[in-house]
Amino acid sequence: MSGVDVLRRNNVTITGTDEGPTVVLAHGFGCDQNLWRLVAPALAERYRVVLFDYVGSGGSDLASWSEERYSSLGGYAQDVVELSRALDLEGAVFVGHSVSAMVGVLAAQAVPERIGALVMVTPSPRYIDDGDYRGGFSTQDIHELLDSLESNYLGWSSAMAPMIMGNPERPELGQELTDSFCATDPDIARVFARTTFLSDNRADLKGVEVPTLVLECSQDLIAPRGVGAFVHDSIPSSRLVTLEATGHCPQLSAPQATAEAILGFLDTLRRTP
Amino acid sequence: MTGEAEPSERSGRPDTAVGALLKQGEEELYEFAPCGYLSTLMDGTIVRINATLLEWLGLERDAVVDRMRFSDLLTVGGRLYHETHFAPLLYMRGQVSGIALEMRVAGGARLPVLVSSAVKHDSAGEPLLIHTNVFDATERRAYEEELLHRRREAERAHAEADRARERADTDRARLKDALTVLRKALLPDSLPAVPGMEAASYYHPASPDQLGGDFYDLLRLDDTRWVFFLGDVRGKGPEAATLTSRARYALRAAALHTSEPAEALGTLNTVLLEGQAHDEEARHCTVVLGTLEPGSDGGTARVRLASGGHPPALVLRADGRADLLDTPGGMLVGVLPGAEFATAETVLAPGDTLLLYTDGLTEARTGPRRDTLYGEDGLLAFAAEHAPSSPSEVINALSDLLWSFGEGLDDDTALLALGVPAVPGTAAGRAATA
Repeated sequence: MSGVDVLRRNNVTITGTDEGPTVVLAHGFGCDQNLWRLVAPALAERYRVVLFDYVGSGGSDLASWSEERYSSLGGYAQDVVELSRALDLEGAVFVGHSVSAMVGVLAAQAVPERIGALVMVTPSPRYIDDGDYRGGFSTQDIHELLDSLESNYLGWSSAMAPMIMGNPERPELGQELTDSFCATDPDIARVFARTTFLSDNRADLKGVEVPTLVLECSQDLIAPRGVGAFVHDSIPSSRLVTLEATGHCPQLSAPQATAEAILGFLDTLRRTP
Repeated sequence: MTGEAEPSERSGRPDTAVGALLKQGEEELYEFAPCGYLSTLMDGTIVRINATLLEWLGLERDAVVDRMRFSDLLTVGGRLYHETHFAPLLYMRGQVSGIALEMRVAGGARLPVLVSSAVKHDSAGEPLLIHTNVFDATERRAYEEELLHRRREAERAHAEADRARERADTDRARLKDALTVLRKALLPDSLPAVPGMEAASYYHPASPDQLGGDFYDLLRLDDTRWVFFLGDVRGKGPEAATLTSRARYALRAAALHTSEPAEALGTLNTVLLEGQAHDEEARHCTVVLGTLEPGSDGGTARVRLASGGHPPALVLRADGRADLLDTPGGMLVGVLPGAEFATAETVLAPGDTLLLYTDGLTEARTGPRRDTLYGEDGLLAFAAEHAPSSPSEVINALSDLLWSFGEGLDDDTALLALGVPAVPGTAAGRAATA
């Protein structure tokens, strides 16, 4: 697959200045790159900002999706690796929300020369409790989520698919994309949910050697406080910042604080070459 | 309340009894409406909730207002969905409608609901409150689950049908492989080269899925003598094939022990009768077997034939004639002990070709309505038309003829031709097997 094909496949959009390093904003399970809408402009004032949709989400090419590839986080990390090659990134900062934070960890291990720092926004390396580890959920809880997905996707129809494949060049883009925001093919969403919530990537944290910012919210049902601390403790090169924010999406509930925390971290990277 | 216009004034009936009732009932309508209402701050803290929803959930107002967040009312699965889909949608669009969630009811039960929310902003455009209404979706959810259940069943049935089809395809391929291997055991891979002579053969199976009952062979007895045979076992399929195999190997063995063609057939007769002593169904076959004594280089070859109930052999002469090499009265092989077999003799001169065939050829149905047997006369005319012909030429012409029969040919057909080349030294001993 050529670089251009990868950019099209992952619905890559690039904004901001030519200043380095490049900041890649990656969405998590549930929605798409629009989740970064309230944060991206602040970052774009000073950095080159890359946004994309994982294959299966948002405006990506659904035909490129396969259950086999996207049944493990490695498949999503492969999207990031291919994208970093297509854009010829060097020492980029990968900002991953939720499950994407772990995808970033895997991608940074695969192409260390291309990803020079990580921002992990409300990360969780494992959602299900395990011995002393408190992920916040039981296996039963996760199966309940999968059921919730089922009941809501009854309203999803294949007629929505063309609408989701929005054309970024079109001026009415804004309205169009918010209309289809969070609408995903149910079969794809089910696989993404299972992959997200049943994975255990705690061991991968030990392999992180790049400067890392762990960003957590003071009230987060999906990634509770202890989990952020666990991630911070597992990565020696990390800093932990707790935002006074509610929910799992601080880039929506506290966009300014989120942008400031990321910009502050980027400043420290500039000072320490 | 947010201080909007009074609903009763908007109703246009301020002075009527209905209007008065509506005005009185505003608070009651909010509290006891047939759906749940609640309002939350942007962080989800519940600041107002109606009596209907409290009753549905089995909660006291004091335990909820300012103490619980909206997501606290949801099941864990519902909370996860709320965080990953509902809340982002609400932030981005200012409203969401008809999202299916489940609420926790005191005592452990769950209430399926449909939730719609809208964000209310202050005059400066800052988001302040989220108004939410909640519909009891128990009935609807049951119906949807039924639909989902049916769809899954249909998908499962579809997948099962696909698997069955794949299995059938695999089985068919395996059967075809097995048949190919078995067929090789019934027919020679290639005919041996006979010095000073040419040989050619062709086998047309009635169906690619079935083993045929026709067989032929050509083998060397000593430096000057060869034996050939061609036969047809009654029936088709595996039973016919076992008999075919037995007949072929019995004839090969018998030919090594006698130089008399009729004696070889007698041995086969005995073998078949013994083999079916306890069988219910008689198993028999027709065979023509002959010995071949090629002359010195380029010379004539002597042929001695014995036939057990088989159609007469044909000779295509170098001078353009076609003769039947009649063997009348030969009895079927494998029916009666001590069966008698008819014999015949001929000499093949340079350019002469001997043709053996099974009745698939002569019993092919021809004509526009496929109701006329091709017959011995048809074959004789065809041979006369093609004489003189080398063995490979006559086999090629006949295989074309067989294909031209199309569906009129529904039996196996075996062809074996032996001849002395018209021009000395061109013998190739080749087999044309298709």
